[in-house]
Amino acid sequence: MKRTLLLVAVLSASQAALAAGSADKGKTAFAKHGCWQCHGFAGQGGVAGPKLAPDPMPLEAMSAFVRNTRGGMPPYQKAILSDADLADIHAYLQSLPKARDYKSIPLLNP
Amino acid sequence: MARKDPGPQVDRRKFLSGVAAAGAATAAAAMSTPVARAAEPAPAPRVPSALRPTLQVAAAETETPRETTNRIGGRPGSDFMVDVIKTLGIKYLPANCASSYRGIHESLINYGGNKMPEFLTCMHEESAVGMAHGYFKIAGKPLMTLCHGTVGLQHATMAIYNAWCDRVPVIVVGGNDMDAATRPPGVPTFHAAQDINALVRDFTKWDDTPVSLAHFAQSFVRAYKIAMTPPCGPVMISLDAGLQQEVIRNHGDKLAIPRYVPTAAPQGDSGAVKEAARLLAEAQNPVIVADRAARTPNGIKLLVQLAETLQARVIDQGSRVNFPKTHYLSAPPTAVSGADVILGLELSDFWATVNSYTDNGENGGIGANGTRIKPGTKLISISSVELNTKSNYQDFQRFQVIDVPMAGDAEATLPALIEAVKAAIPGSKKAAIEQRGQAAKKAHAEAEARAKQAAALAWDASPISTARLCAETYAAVKDLDWSIVSQSGNVSDWLNRLWPLSEHHHWIGRSGGYGVGYGAPASVGAALANRDAGRFSVNIQADGDLMYAPGVLWTAAKHKIPQLAVMHNNRGYHQEVMHVQRLSNFRNRPANYGADMGPVGTRIENPDIEYHKLAESMGWWARGPIKDPAQLGSALKEAVKIVQAGQPALLNVWTQPR
Ligand code: HEC
Repeated sequence: MKRTLLLVAVLSASQAALAAGSADKGKTAFAKHGCWQCHGFAGQGGVAGPKLAPDPMPLEAMSAFVRNTRGGMPPYQKAILSDADLADIHAYLQSLPKARDYKSIPLLNP
Repeated sequence: MARKDPGPQVDRRKFLSGVAAAGAATAAAAMSTPVARAAEPAPAPRVPSALRPTLQVAAAETETPRETTNRIGGRPGSDFMVDVIKTLGIKYLPANCASSYRGIHESLINYGGNKMPEFLTCMHEESAVGMAHGYFKIAGKPLMTLCHGTVGLQHATMAIYNAWCDRVPVIVVGGNDMDAATRPPGVPTFHAAQDINALVRDFTKWDDTPVSLAHFAQSFVRAYKIAMTPPCGPVMISLDAGLQQEVIRNHGDKLAIPRYVPTAAPQGDSGAVKEAARLLAEAQNPVIVADRAARTPNGIKLLVQLAETLQARVIDQGSRVNFPKTHYLSAPPTAVSGADVILGLELSDFWATVNSYTDNGENGGIGANGTRIKPGTKLISISSVELNTKSNYQDFQRFQVIDVPMAGDAEATLPALIEAVKAAIPGSKKAAIEQRGQAAKKAHAEAEARAKQAAALAWDASPISTARLCAETYAAVKDLDWSIVSQSGNVSDWLNRLWPLSEHHHWIGRSGGYGVGYGAPASVGAALANRDAGRFSVNIQADGDLMYAPGVLWTAAKHKIPQLAVMHNNRGYHQEVMHVQRLSNFRNRPANYGADMGPVGTRIENPDIEYHKLAESMGWWARGPIKDPAQLGSALKEAVKIVQAGQPALLNVWTQPR
């Protein structure tokens, strides 16, 4: 019981911190922590990492992933990426516009 | 090595009899060599000829004899070397000039008329070899290069290593002044060595040090033959400066030039071919993987025939165009996961084709391995590389156990394999095979739509996305007879995903050895071959790659080799940007970016290089930096016109990292 309470406390504390994301600051943090290197400046993805935006995964899932990863991505622990920065990064990714339908882009329908 | 021989004294009588012998030798050789070589008078023979006079002899008898006396007292040995080279039809000789080969240099341009081969002035030996590498991948014919034996060869080495790993023939000839008693003191002596070839022996197929002109003729033709026999590869000849400069002595018929007859490529063992065919014919889901399988345009046709016979999907690993990307059986690397039989054709890495590796600090830092395939999947390999392996430099990957391994050239083996597969397919299988094809058609169409939707992401971003870069460039050249003369370009594979690569010349593949600096010179070499074929060359040029030896831009302008270079300028050695970031994360330390965008020592910024100005200074038409995707299309249109008019053009485009 005590343990559960503690977990809830931790979760809500981190949710509070994570919720405070700012897209503007997130853009800077995305560059400063090197996320752009493998995912592209717009989180569009490529050979070095999958697309992150638009429609990023929920913040909690993203946080859990970034801290541990599945292996392909080097994990970022709190010592090098704070929860606040991560929340800002999430806000930035969320702010990115939806991709255009490729059918509406003449160059992709040569 | 070569003694400074005073040579024969030539008087009128001896001169005429010498002509007779030389004429006879030439007539005999003319029957056996494809290209006629010069019929210069040779010194007097010991044994007079009893043959009837040839036309040359008759002419020599009736014309005023040419002046043969000069400061060296006869014809220089390097003239004969040029005769030898001319028999092989080598069209160009990209090289950076050097004193140790001044003898043959003079013969090539004065005696040889600077034709077949034509000397192309290069500013770095690595550029020269890289050009020869790219040229072969389009033309299918080797070039030779000359270099200074020690310092020049040291510059050339990385490019030779790339050619070795990429199975590309290049004939490297290094000048070397061997006779310590007579060679000029000073630099020529410093730059001489007992065995210059030792430097590259680990990654050349063969090397030799001819000590006489007759020996040179054999060495050179042998070198050509070895280089061109699959698995192809670079070869090296150490060329003594004394031998180049010494006058041709009386060797009688010893100075004959051996006729070059191509060696037929080795085929896989017939029993193994039969076994492979049985496995493929009976498989539920056979998958073909090809890396350097199609050596020639015919290789693509053969692979299509095999794939269609089996309705098997084909993964093209892309060191050459092996299989049309537009074909419904073309498949992504993940297609191995459902296979029960995999046929690997000239793979340099069978291990990674069927296994995965995760570099995430596991197992004490060495990473973790996994499998990509189902247990029990049967593996078949046809690879000529099994016939030619060296110990020191790695040009193979981790050990992969193969069920049916064949040492043989894939393209040469395909006709027999196709026939064996046709014979082995049981009638009862025909419907299932047909169904496989239908499923592949659906998967191919879906993959194409997915790729296009992914390309639409960040379409309007600045810097410009690599997908947009490739799509805009395609739109600018799609109605021309185009050829991509760059390696991957590190553009997230968009060339492969968006361009309809289907013909041999549509794309030259990668460097082989991953030695950065290959891209720019290989593009110029390939563009040279395309120029002669009337094709339009497109190069997606990486920034870091160009700066290894940017002087090749000048070589392109100097020799009027047009190409459209569209820069993928991500302002960094991006692979290393990611590597150092990765290690920083493993070690839980914030990566030190200094004042840059990525780890110290990996970025090419502050100041930014103005590649357009660099190119312009060397005779190119150039524009940039282009950062706004909306400006790219019009700049491309303008550049295409310039290239069509015969001038190389470069656009400095700021791009996303990958
Ligand atoms: C060195 C390359 C690299 C860097 C730097 C990097 N990533 Fe990743 N990232 C990857 C790769 C590769 C994957 C896919 C991993 C997998 O599927 O196992 C990935 C996956 C992800 C995913 C999961 C996406 C999904 O849909 O499954 C998220 C979220 C993510 N990265 C966020 C980030 C953030 C945020 C940063 C910066 C703080 C970052 N990454 C930096 C390489 C990188």
